Amino acid sequence: MREVLSLHGNRALLTRANPLAKFTAVFAITLVLALSIDWVSASTALLADFALFPLAGLTLRLLWQRAWPLIIAAALGGWSTAILSADSGRTLLDVGIWSISEGSLELGLGFMLRGLAIALPAILLMSCTDPTDLADALAQKAKLPHRFVLGTLAAMRLVGLMAEEWQTIGMARRARGVGSHGSPVQRLRATLGQSFGLLVQAVRRASRLAVTMEARGFGGSARTWARESTYSLLDVWVLLGGLLIAAAAVLAAVAGGAWNFVF
Amino acid sequence: MPGPETVRPETVRPAAVSAHGWGWRHAGRSTAAVHGLDLEIRPGERVLLLGPSGAGKSTLLHALAGVLGEEDDDADETGSLLIDGAVPRDSRGRAGLMQQDPETQVVLSRLGDDVAFGAENLAVPRERIWSRVHEALDDVGLAGFPLDHPTSALSGGQKQRLALAGILAMRPGLLLLDEPTANLDPAGVLEVRDAVERCLDKTGATLVVVEHRVSVWKDLVDRIVVLQPGNSSEPAVLLDGPPDAVLEQARDMLAAAGVWVPGYVPATRERTGTPNSELLLTAQDLAVSRERPRRRGFKTILPVPAQEGLSAEVIAGRALTITGPNGAGKSTFALTLAGLLAPVSGKVSAGVGLADGAGNDPYTWKAQQLISRIGTVFQEPEHQFVTGRVLDELMFGPRHLGHGEERVDELLERLRLTHLVDANPYTLSGGEKRRLSVATVLAAHPQVLVLDEPTFGQDANTWAELASFLSELLDAGTAVVSVTHDQEFSAVLGGTEMRLESRAYAEADAA
Repeated sequence: MREVLSLHGNRALLTRANPLAKFTAVFAITLVLALSIDWVSASTALLADFALFPLAGLTLRLLWQRAWPLIIAAALGGWSTAILSADSGRTLLDVGIWSISEGSLELGLGFMLRGLAIALPAILLMSCTDPTDLADALAQKAKLPHRFVLGTLAAMRLVGLMAEEWQTIGMARRARGVGSHGSPVQRLRATLGQSFGLLVQAVRRASRLAVTMEARGFGGSARTWARESTYSLLDVWVLLGGLLIAAAAVLAAVAGGAWNFVF
Repeated sequence: MPGPETVRPETVRPAAVSAHGWGWRHAGRSTAAVHGLDLEIRPGERVLLLGPSGAGKSTLLHALAGVLGEEDDDADETGSLLIDGAVPRDSRGRAGLMQQDPETQVVLSRLGDDVAFGAENLAVPRERIWSRVHEALDDVGLAGFPLDHPTSALSGGQKQRLALAGILAMRPGLLLLDEPTANLDPAGVLEVRDAVERCLDKTGATLVVVEHRVSVWKDLVDRIVVLQPGNSSEPAVLLDGPPDAVLEQARDMLAAAGVWVPGYVPATRERTGTPNSELLLTAQDLAVSRERPRRRGFKTILPVPAQEGLSAEVIAGRALTITGPNGAGKSTFALTLAGLLAPVSGKVSAGVGLADGAGNDPYTWKAQQLISRIGTVFQEPEHQFVTGRVLDELMFGPRHLGHGEERVDELLERLRLTHLVDANPYTLSGGEKRRLSVATVLAAHPQVLVLDEPTFGQDANTWAELASFLSELLDAGTAVVSVTHDQEFSAVLGGTEMRLESRAYAEADAA
């Protein structure tokens, strides 16, 4: 958890872009893809995303390591859509209740590609953006209240800690004879007990952290920023790139007659 | 990111503290945490604050740090407490506070950002912030790390030094340390102490430190103030004067209150002998890790061991002490021995006598089979509380096992918990929580007792009780495995010492 949130010495070009610009670009692409289920717009956007991998310091290997559950889920979603949706066109496969036709295959493929194409830009964004830089941009550029932004950022660090704490409490309770065996009711009770233990620890930690932050002067009205969040020419390119990918996806789908508006 | 070094050096103005009849009662409490405190601390003075638990030492530090009572509307404040003539809450940045738990002293995930945090909040201009960050990191001996070093990869001592750097970057005139070394290993304690001393010598700031272990701070402070619990008839300050004079005058009284007076090791029971020597547990060529094997797609990836090649024998009536610096995997090893973690490789096997028909791998035992064979006491007692009442807490094991309830009274008596049977475990004091957590595990009558840092942060009284009690258990044939930094404690228990070397943390000067 903790290592997922840092950049691991990633020094790729897009790590230097302003997080807010990257966020806007990703938003544009995702918005367009959410509007249509078709394989043309999704695969256009996917191809463009793949081309951006080196710029974000992402490799296929890293992608698989970080997002394999998502990838498998998209594939399963596509497969079940292909099987279950209404048949149209030539039948390609017919095994009892399972049948795949040209029409349902196209829909299933579109579904899978769309899932991937929506997830991928977000993964790209996360792999080249440090949460601290994102917080800086949200507070300084998007003018969100700094108490809220920095409070969230500090709390996020505790989330990783809580994952470790959950494991420790689980062991500590096993050492008291509370097992994860038994009937579903017993197991539910054990999990509830463990959650309560975690809650107590989370509240203790959070209040100590709040004291630490307050003792360091947090919460005043005036504040300076050690790291200035700035826009550069790169951000213009990032925005243009995002819009371009979104536009290309729509145009390709409309031109190919595949545009399939969801609403 | 570092700004140009053109700024003039900024000097620190040491702060004065003045309390007149000051008192504080937390909301919802019937008695005051501090009552009638009269205290004058001159700028640049270094004060060690002592006293039994409940004397309001932490409350005073929190009040001086200006973090007391912001949301506590029903709290009751009497008299006055001022820093340089101003109310602490209005003197943002004049005082810097360091607390005990290293994990909550870190705010941000990159080293440099964390140090800059306080200065940012005080609206210091950007170019000055970075020169302050560099200077502060240099002062605490962390300048060898890059500014984007992840703070999660620091050891406990390094985290506390980082917290100190964050405080120094605010240029406070008053440094407040609330048991800053209680959670650290001996090397970490010295690291932090030396860093504090260097910074005080350089800035001349005023210091108020709360700590049980007097010897750590005695030579650094020039005054000791002993507080006593809030009470309407007597003043809050019991004694006040130069360290040697106060320690001579009040040595016995302080020792009786559980303070670790220098050169004082509380009396403990002597071990009398080892009745039997049955082999209970064996570890063979163990590699240990807290992480479980992870799935990445179709592959299973084994975790990187915290420590490997470990072999040990746990024998009835003998103590095994596991020592070594923080991050050496001591606790991980102990938890693996205790059947709570699966080994990465190698194996833990129980002897026939201990297994008693449950199979020889403790990790595969059911929770109830485990507790009557191997009992584990965790470092944080609260992690092991499963009920809302002290008596239920003790009865929990025996009730599940269906036997052993008769031992509970004896344990209550022996560990002085009888007057607390109806209390909520979470509301007990630190020493009481520790005694309760040991008692609850022993109520299931295990043959092997594993303890993770049982003496961390404990006062001398709890320490002595615990050490004596364990020596009794050993003589009665229980095997005791303890992870500890405490040499006096392992000396009382005797037995074998196993030292693990550190593999986890990078050193700043190596970078």
